[in-house]
Amino acid sequence: MDWSLIIFYAFGFIALLSALFILFTRNILHAAFALMLTFLGVAGIFIFSGAEFVAITQILVYVGGILILIVFGVMLTNKVNGKNIVTPVYRQGIALIVGGGFFVLFLKAIMQANFGAISWITKSTESEPSSLRYLGLVLMTDYVLAFEVIGILLLIALIGAVYMAGAKRKEVPGAN
Amino acid sequence: MPIEHLLILGALLFCIGLIVVVTRKNAIAVLIGIELMLNAANINLVVFSQFDPNHLQGQIFALFIITVAAAEAAVALAIVLKVFHYFKTADLDKINGLKG
Repeated sequence: MDWSLIIFYAFGFIALLSALFILFTRNILHAAFALMLTFLGVAGIFIFSGAEFVAITQILVYVGGILILIVFGVMLTNKVNGKNIVTPVYRQGIALIVGGGFFVLFLKAIMQANFGAISWITKSTESEPSSLRYLGLVLMTDYVLAFEVIGILLLIALIGAVYMAGAKRKEVPGAN
Repeated sequence: MPIEHLLILGALLFCIGLIVVVTRKNAIAVLIGIELMLNAANINLVVFSQFDPNHLQGQIFALFIITVAAAEAAVALAIVLKVFHYFKTADLDKINGLKG
C-alpha cells in the first residue's frame, strides 16, 4: 500500500467525519466550521482525481467565499447574547427514512452498475498528470457560450443580492 | 482508491446533507445542508471526468455547479437577512405570514 492511497483515504475520512459532525452538532457555528473541513477534504479528493483547477476553485469559492457568507449570516440572524447559537432538531424519523432510503438506493445502484464493463471507462487513455491545459482549451472553445452565460448569471445574482440586502436610503427632496 | 468507494462517499455526503436539510429549522443550517449536497454531486462529476482526459466534461460541469452555488448562497443569504429583519427570527416554521 503506497502513501498516496493512504493520503487519499485520509482526505475521504476527513470529509466524511466532519460531515457526520455537522449532522450531530446542534451549534450552527460549529457546523459552519466543520463544513470548512468537509470542503477541504473534498478538495483533496479532487486533487487526487486529477482535477487540480476544480480543487483550487473549491477552496477559493467555498472556503473563502460561501463559508464566510454563512458565518456572516449566522452572526447577523441571531441575537448574540453570550449563549451558544443552537438549532433544535425535528422530524428525525422522517429524515432517517428519507436519507437512509436514498442511501440504500444509491448503494444498490453503485454496486450493480459494474463500471468495469462500461466501454468508455475501460477504453479511456491513461490520464495525463495535469488536466489544466485541456481544461483551459475546452473552456474557451467548446463551452465558451456556457462560460459567458454563467458569468452573466453570477453578475445578475450578485446585483440582486446587493439590491435585496442593502439598506434603503430615504429620498431627500430637492437633492438634485 | 477504487471508483466505487468515491461514489459511496458522494452518496453518503448527499444523504447527510439531505438529513440536515430535513431536520433543521434554522435557515442557515438548511443552507449548510444544501451546500453539502451540491458538493457531493461535484465529487461524482469529477470522479467520472478522469476517464475523459481530453474533453473533461465532468470538470467543466463541476466548475459551473460551484459558480451557481456561489450565486445561490449570495441570494439566499440576502433573502434570509431581509426575512430576519421583518420577522425577527430565522426559524423557517415561524415564517408563515404573507403580505396582506
